[in-house]
Amino acid sequence: MATTVEAGGVREAAFDAAVAADERIEPRDWMPDAYRATLVRQIAQHAHSEIIGIQPEANWITRAPSLRRKAILMAKVQDEAGHGLYLYSAAETLGVGRDELLDKLHTGRQKYSSIFNYPTLTWADVGAIGWLVDGAAITNQVPLCRCSYGPYARAMVRICKEESFHQRQGYELLLALSQGTEAQHAMAQDAVDRWWWPSLMMFGPPDDESSHSAQSMAWKIKRHSNDELRQRFVDICVPQAEALGLTLPDPDLVWNEERGHHDFGPIDWDEFREVLRGNGPCNDERIGRRRRAHEDGAWVREAAAAYAAKHGEAKA
Amino acid sequence: MSAGPVETGTAPIRPADRTAALALGDDALVLAQRLGEWAGHGPVLEEEVALANIALDLLGQARHLLSLVGNEDELAYLREEREFRNCQLVEQPNGDFAHTIARQLYFSTYQELLHNRLARTGTPFAPLSAKAVKEIAYHRDHAEHWTLRLGDGTPESRERMQRATDALWRYTGELFEPVGELPVDWTELNDSWLASVTSVLERATLTVPEGPRRGAWTAGAGREGLHTEPFGRMLAEMQHLHRSHPGASW
Repeated sequence: MATTVEAGGVREAAFDAAVAADERIEPRDWMPDAYRATLVRQIAQHAHSEIIGIQPEANWITRAPSLRRKAILMAKVQDEAGHGLYLYSAAETLGVGRDELLDKLHTGRQKYSSIFNYPTLTWADVGAIGWLVDGAAITNQVPLCRCSYGPYARAMVRICKEESFHQRQGYELLLALSQGTEAQHAMAQDAVDRWWWPSLMMFGPPDDESSHSAQSMAWKIKRHSNDELRQRFVDICVPQAEALGLTLPDPDLVWNEERGHHDFGPIDWDEFREVLRGNGPCNDERIGRRRRAHEDGAWVREAAAAYAAKHGEAKA
Repeated sequence: MSAGPVETGTAPIRPADRTAALALGDDALVLAQRLGEWAGHGPVLEEEVALANIALDLLGQARHLLSLVGNEDELAYLREEREFRNCQLVEQPNGDFAHTIARQLYFSTYQELLHNRLARTGTPFAPLSAKAVKEIAYHRDHAEHWTLRLGDGTPESRERMQRATDALWRYTGELFEPVGELPVDWTELNDSWLASVTSVLERATLTVPEGPRRGAWTAGAGREGLHTEPFGRMLAEMQHLHRSHPGASW
C-alpha cells in the first residue's frame, strides 16, 4: 500500500507545482477530488445562472419599445443560452453530465445567482441588468479567465467578450432613458434604485463569512476575495452613475481619500440569506418556469432520441 | 447579428412596392414576435439558441422592409390591427413545439421559394432577398429536421406533429394570394411549395392534410387587414410600452 500512497503523493505534488507555476490543469490531468467537486459546483452554478438569467430579460422581449432594442435584447438572450452551453460543456470535462446538472438545478440541489430572483418590473430594468448585473458579473469573471482549470478559463474568455458588449448596450439603454423624457428618467432612476444593492450581493458574502474562498484562492480558481471585487465594482460604478445622470441609492457612499476607494453603506445580509434560502421575490417562479419548460419539452427530447436511434443520427 | 442601425430612405419606392414591403415586413415582424415568446421556454438549450436566432433574423428582415416604407417603429408600434398586412399563418399562437415547427415549416418553405425568386428580379427587394435566402435556408432546414424527428419519433410526437400540420393547413392558401405587384408566378410558387412540403411530410411519415387551404375568412384576409382573434392581444402586448410614451425615443 505504501507505493500507492507514494504515487498519490507524487501526483499531488505535481498538481500543486502546476498550480503554483500558473500552469493550466486540463481534463485528463490528475486533480484532487475536492478540486474537481469545487469546480463542478462553481461551473454548474455559473451555467445555471446563464439559463435562469434568460427569464428576467425574456420578460421584456415581446414588449421592447423599439425594434432596435428588441433586436439587441433577442441577441443577448441568444448569447446567454450559448454561454450556458459553453459552461455545461466545461463542466462535462470534469465527468458530470448536463442532464444530471439540470436535474440538480430543478430539484434545488444546485444554486444559481441570487440576482435572478429579482423581478424586471419596467423596461429600464433591462438596462439596469445590463449595466449593473452584467457589470458585476464581468468584474467577477475577468479574473476567472486566468483560473487554474483550462476549460473553464477558456470558456470565460469567450463569455467575457460578449458580456462586455451586453454591458455597454445596457449602459447605453439607461443613458437614452436618463436623457429622455421626465417619465423615462424616473423609470431609469427607479430601476437603478432597485438593482444596486442586489448587484453588490452578487459578489457573495463578506470575506470573513465566505466558506469556500480560502481553498479556492489557494487552488487559483479564485484570484480575489469577494470584498476586493465588490470594492472594485463600486469604484467603477460611481463615475459611471454620474455620467448617466443617475444617483446610487446609498447615503453612505463617499470617496475615502485615505483608502483611495469609495466607502459604502452596509449590505442587508439578511435579505441575501433569505433569497439564497429560496425566499426571494421570484425564486419559486424562476425555478417553476425552468422545470415546466423541461417537463413540457420531455416529449420533444424523447422524439429526437427515438428518431436518432432509428436513423443512426447523432443525438439532438 | 441584425441589431445594427437600419438604412432608411435609400430610394423612394413605388406605391405598389410599398404594399409588398408592408406585407412581407409584417410577416417577418409578427413571426419574430411569436418566436420571441419562446425565450426561456425551449425544450432544450439548443432550441433556446435556435429559436432566438431565427427570431432575430426575421426581425432584421422586418426592419429592412418596413424601413423601405417609412419609420420602422411608427409602423410597428402605431398601426392598429386592421392596418397590419401579415398573413394569418404567422400570427397563430405558438401552441406546443410541434405547432411552432409546423408553422415554421409552412412559412419558411414559402419564404425561401419567394425570396429565391425575388432575388432575381429588378425590384427594390432583390438585395434583401439575396441576403435573406441564406438565413431562410437555415430556418427551413431547422423546421424540416424537426418535422422529421417529431413525425418519425415517438407515437406521441407523431400525433402532435400530425395535429399541428392539420391545424395550420387552412392558413396556407393565403400565402399564394398575389402581394402588391410582385413579379412572381403565384400559381407556380404554390405548386413548388406544395411539392416541397408534401415531400417533407411524407418523409416524416405524416399524412398530408386534405382539408381546404383557405377558409371564407382566410382568402387573402391577412393581406386585407382582417386577422384572427389572438393577433390583437399580441399587438397589445407588443405596442403597450411604446404607446404609453408618445414621442419618446428609446
